[in-house]
Amino acid sequence: MPQTISQKILAKHAGAKSVEPGQLINCKVDLVLGNDITAPPAIKEFEKIGVSRVFDKKKIYLVPDHFTPAKDIKSAEQVKVMRKFAHKYGIVNFFEIGCMGVEHALLPEMGAIKAGDLIIGADSHTCTYGALGAFSTGVGSTDMAAAMATGEVWFKVPEQLKFVYRGKLPKWVEAKDLILYTIGQIGVDGARYMSLEFTGPVISKLSVEGRLTMANMAIEAGGKNGIFEPDIKVFQYLKSRIKNLNSSFVIRNSALRSDPDAEYAKIYDWDVSELEPQVAYPHLPSNVHPVSKNRHIKLDQSVIGSCTNGRIEDMRVAAKILKGKKVHPDVRLIILPATQQVELRMIKEGLMEIFIKAGAAVSTPTCGPCLGGHMGILAEGERSIATTNRNFVGRMGHPKSEVYLSNVAVAAASAVLGFIGSPEDLK
Amino acid sequence: MRGHAWKFGNNIDTDLIIPARYLNTSDPAELAQYAMMDADSEWVDKMSKGDFIVAGDNFGCGSSREHAPIALKAAGVSAIIAKSFARIFYRNSINIGLPILEAPQAAEEIKEGDEVEVDLAAGEIKDLTTGKAYRAQPFPAFMQKIIDAGGLINYLKRNN
Repeated sequence: MPQTISQKILAKHAGAKSVEPGQLINCKVDLVLGNDITAPPAIKEFEKIGVSRVFDKKKIYLVPDHFTPAKDIKSAEQVKVMRKFAHKYGIVNFFEIGCMGVEHALLPEMGAIKAGDLIIGADSHTCTYGALGAFSTGVGSTDMAAAMATGEVWFKVPEQLKFVYRGKLPKWVEAKDLILYTIGQIGVDGARYMSLEFTGPVISKLSVEGRLTMANMAIEAGGKNGIFEPDIKVFQYLKSRIKNLNSSFVIRNSALRSDPDAEYAKIYDWDVSELEPQVAYPHLPSNVHPVSKNRHIKLDQSVIGSCTNGRIEDMRVAAKILKGKKVHPDVRLIILPATQQVELRMIKEGLMEIFIKAGAAVSTPTCGPCLGGHMGILAEGERSIATTNRNFVGRMGHPKSEVYLSNVAVAAASAVLGFIGSPEDLK
Repeated sequence: MRGHAWKFGNNIDTDLIIPARYLNTSDPAELAQYAMMDADSEWVDKMSKGDFIVAGDNFGCGSSREHAPIALKAAGVSAIIAKSFARIFYRNSINIGLPILEAPQAAEEIKEGDEVEVDLAAGEIKDLTTGKAYRAQPFPAFMQKIIDAGGLINYLKRNN
């Protein structure tokens, strides 16, 4: 039976030749992830199971990133629970402040993810790793607890959606715009329970970091996973990060592609040559409009960072716009490099100086304001543009504040303009 | 189980169910105080133990936080009836033993304040105010076993 890449990875981990949509399967997992919000309840549930060890000390990743560096006493207690658990069970991959990063930026960067892997994480944006050709999906804390004990998880095999992007991306249009446009077209439940496969000439040209941005927001369309067939760019990315990645791995996984006659519930085929930068207005990521629609949306804040857009390429785009400019006096620009490595490269490449001279505040890695945690919370009636992934009611602070989602270039340009606009408006 | 219906719309996200600013704890009783806070800040005081949430499509979309079904369960919600559920919320509810019922017609027709009776084993929903009865989508056998065990952890303990 012809299979998509997602089905092939699921089948391999279920010990089956092929799988069909709707089928319930039990899979072995290659990696289990949790953060400072989701891991503590998982640890509590894990202790109830009554096992004396975790399934694999090296395959569990614990990343305190949401409310860290601990924003208050309760948050500090949550991280303490993780730290103690990691020590008790000898879990190797616990990331203390100073080496942690935003989980979905950190794991690909450090080489923890490989093409063909099956990954679950107690965080909805675990779908990010599909960019590297892994089947990766978010679960809750109880699923995480069960997987830490057994190394297994059950799945309903999802139906498949395919997205083909053709044409040439115009200037200042980024991977973020492709995924915002996609969510705008199909809605926040357009891919509910389904697998999103991204392909086409535009995708081949996209960097691995751009693909991470796209896969990251598959959940915003309700998807179970978002995935790209691994290509030469992905294998180069993996080789530069994973020691002992041999050529047989590359050869084997180069064949990890969807069969040409695989079945899809629906195929979307778009020419994106005329696409403008996209902005998702409050309060749903699907409420998407071209940036030129309204030039009168005044801002109080701009946030550049997160698991969606906090990588070095994002920082370079922001620097290109902010070089020699000043942030608008009514706007607070907060820049959050997603990992220590990103921050280090910002310093080495001179980006840090550009940001600080422009009047931006640069923070240590944290999810921070993206989920209304800390480091840039909005007051009643305030409005922020952000390169993050959600603009739900109260997402960045007061329930009567507003979040607009955009790409990095728009968020940086808007910080200078004082209203939502594109880099073209700076001229 | 019997209680009154509280109606919510489509795409009720996990930030509405339990805002992230309260996620520095995972204590169910504490989370319960903030259930549905950003959708209706007085809801927790208005609702009674045993009441139902009746909602539209894609209930529980967004984050994977298990704190969302935990907060609703601890607040005393006996079951959620919706047209459809977001994937992770659906899994989490089954895993922690919060009854959820996918029943589009019931979700459409039941009105706020109606008295509702649910027979979980039979998958039957009755609107006692209007006298109409509805059927919920049955769970696959495997999920029913997890539900019968009282959640995933109990199911694992039983099968270990």
